[in-house]
Amino acid sequence: MDRIKGVELTGAEIVVRCLQEEGVEYVFGYPGGAVLYIYDELFKQDKVKHVLVRHEQGAAHAADGYSRASDKVGVCLVTSGPGLTNAVTGIATAYMDSIPMVILVGQVPTHAIGLDAFQEVDTVGITRPCVKHNFLVKDVADLAPTIKKAFYLATTGRPGPVLVDIPKDITTMPTEFLYPESVSMRSYNPVVKGHGGQIKKAVQLLMEAERPMIYAGGGVILANAAQQLTDLVRLTGHPVTNTLMGLGGYPGTDKQFLGMLGMHGTYEANMAMQNCDVLLAIGARFDDRVIGNPEHFGQNPRKIIHIDIDPSSISKRVKVDVPIVGNVSEVLDEFLRLIRAGGQKPDAAKLKAWWKTIEEWRGKDCLKYDHASKIIKPQFVVEKLYEVTGGDAFVTSDVGQHQMWAAQFYKFDKPRRWINSGGLGTMGFGLPAAMGAQMANPGATVACVTGESSIQMCLQELSTCKQYRLPIKIVSLNNKYMGMVRQWQEFFHGNRYSESYMDALPDFVKLAEGYGHRGVQITKPEDVEPALRDAFKRKNELVFMDFLTDPTENVFPMIPGGKGISEMILSEDL
Amino acid sequence: MRHIISVLLENEAGALSRVSGLFSARAYNIESLTVAPTEDASMSRMTIVTTGSEEVIEQITKQLNKLVEVVKVVDLSQAEHIERELMLIKVRAGAKEREDMKRMADIFRGRIIDVSDNTYTIELTGAGQKLDAFIHALDSGAIIETVRTGASGIGRGNRILRA
Repeated sequence: MDRIKGVELTGAEIVVRCLQEEGVEYVFGYPGGAVLYIYDELFKQDKVKHVLVRHEQGAAHAADGYSRASDKVGVCLVTSGPGLTNAVTGIATAYMDSIPMVILVGQVPTHAIGLDAFQEVDTVGITRPCVKHNFLVKDVADLAPTIKKAFYLATTGRPGPVLVDIPKDITTMPTEFLYPESVSMRSYNPVVKGHGGQIKKAVQLLMEAERPMIYAGGGVILANAAQQLTDLVRLTGHPVTNTLMGLGGYPGTDKQFLGMLGMHGTYEANMAMQNCDVLLAIGARFDDRVIGNPEHFGQNPRKIIHIDIDPSSISKRVKVDVPIVGNVSEVLDEFLRLIRAGGQKPDAAKLKAWWKTIEEWRGKDCLKYDHASKIIKPQFVVEKLYEVTGGDAFVTSDVGQHQMWAAQFYKFDKPRRWINSGGLGTMGFGLPAAMGAQMANPGATVACVTGESSIQMCLQELSTCKQYRLPIKIVSLNNKYMGMVRQWQEFFHGNRYSESYMDALPDFVKLAEGYGHRGVQITKPEDVEPALRDAFKRKNELVFMDFLTDPTENVFPMIPGGKGISEMILSEDL
Repeated sequence: MRHIISVLLENEAGALSRVSGLFSARAYNIESLTVAPTEDASMSRMTIVTTGSEEVIEQITKQLNKLVEVVKVVDLSQAEHIERELMLIKVRAGAKEREDMKRMADIFRGRIIDVSDNTYTIELTGAGQKLDAFIHALDSGAIIETVRTGASGIGRGNRILRA
């Protein structure tokens, strides 16, 4: 307990002391009227470093990227009114992907709340549906306990962003500082340990399966359970797939890995999902982009085991047979213990037959594309990026075709290397998230795979990258279209490319140079690898690579909206 | 199917809006919602009447449990329970209708709690259907104003919802 007897601190001092107590290294933020006292206290110390972004959306995404790349809490600090509303997209992004974040927000003074004061918004009301929890601090005595609770809530149970709204007058009021050591809330007791009986039942089912399948999502990454998942898959010999959020939770280069599943997942992963007889879902939530139409998915009989920390994720879209609520890491430890102790082996002949079927599906080579193209194929750029970085980069992405190609062609062997907005699908996420990832891993290779449309949504952060000397490598797949919009218009809207052409594009090379970075444009396939090699050699420079790619290229396989997981369109079908 | 869900939650500013926001955000029905502090002033008790399939009700209870301020949730309609609703209804009661209206209130065990030259205000408590029946029993022209609280519910006997 850190009590300073008899010494009173102001609210602003307390905010900064709390961050120090929590061991916060970086705060991503932007000052303004309501947070001036807090900024004044930040100025007077050097333990907590502040990163000045250029737009509050960037602050939230950067804190988010920092958390995803490090397993620490991402912290951001914004002012009232527009400061907060600008950050909302970033908060919602973190909420959808269950990222632990604490957002500190200035508010107008308590006496002005509700009077339509300058830069006043109902922060708690606006953010309620996109945070795990939020607080309005109305008494300075509550400030430290509330911040403690915010960090506790953000990191326990199913993680998520927690917001603390702090009126300006609270930051000037003095009180005795006492940072609580622990938090206990009678209304909040997340389950950690899985139910023993259910786990036994699940292991039994798994060992008796003839056509087993393991489907693992972002929960594996969030629970730091990649090792347990890998051990389980190796021990059972079962096939495994990862969701978009789960990539890196199992080594992408391993032969038991069937690739990503879902709307743009591989043929083999989706077919195995549809045709398995026992499905083990781990920290994944059967969402619409993963299993497509739930009725179609339900046509094939199978037993489903579902491990998740959030009971409301279980039996939400798909009814499951063996629900196990608990922390993925602890539950998998128990699985491994039981399997090792039990001595029960899977039926080798049946499993072999199942693998034979899977290999036939794999033989379709569903990710093939034209390697002889005279125009740069976007897939080729990602493949080369993978080679040049030795598969060991932190890769962030924006949203659209480039995101899917990055997910399909960059083979992630480690967790927390693939950082994208899977749930909300936020264009503009990639660059600020890369800043956070680079801050969390100084000296590491960080690449932002983006497109000419997405990058323009948080472009201003190039300036932040300059200020903090972040040597991010921007891999922009420039096809002059909002590619995924254009693809849907081609497939489902009679080739009417309504407003998806990106006219009047800036000269990205000059633009990068204008911000003080290096910019290069690559127009020919043979220049792709040399350009990447040159860029990644420059350890202290941000390089913006503008790859002019085939504007007609589509992402395959594709499950059209509302269709079943095995009703994929393959490139050869067109 | 109709369900009556009881929620014990922290008596804090904003807790009600978290619950109502949850229902609107996830497109769940609310037929009625009542809330007031319990004998322990730090805790509120809420009764929500809703409709939905078994799957939807399961999600509603899970989502309610997920709210940080919610302490306990129980679907009262899964077992024996009692529910009551209070209605205040103002009806025309001129010289001509006065006797009839008094008799009608008596039949339904209502109490006349306010009287003017041409109106009665009747207080009526019971299950929702009883209040509906009273309204239907009256000539629609006789009703001036109706206020209903929505249902409150409690489990029978040893079914107890406490922190």
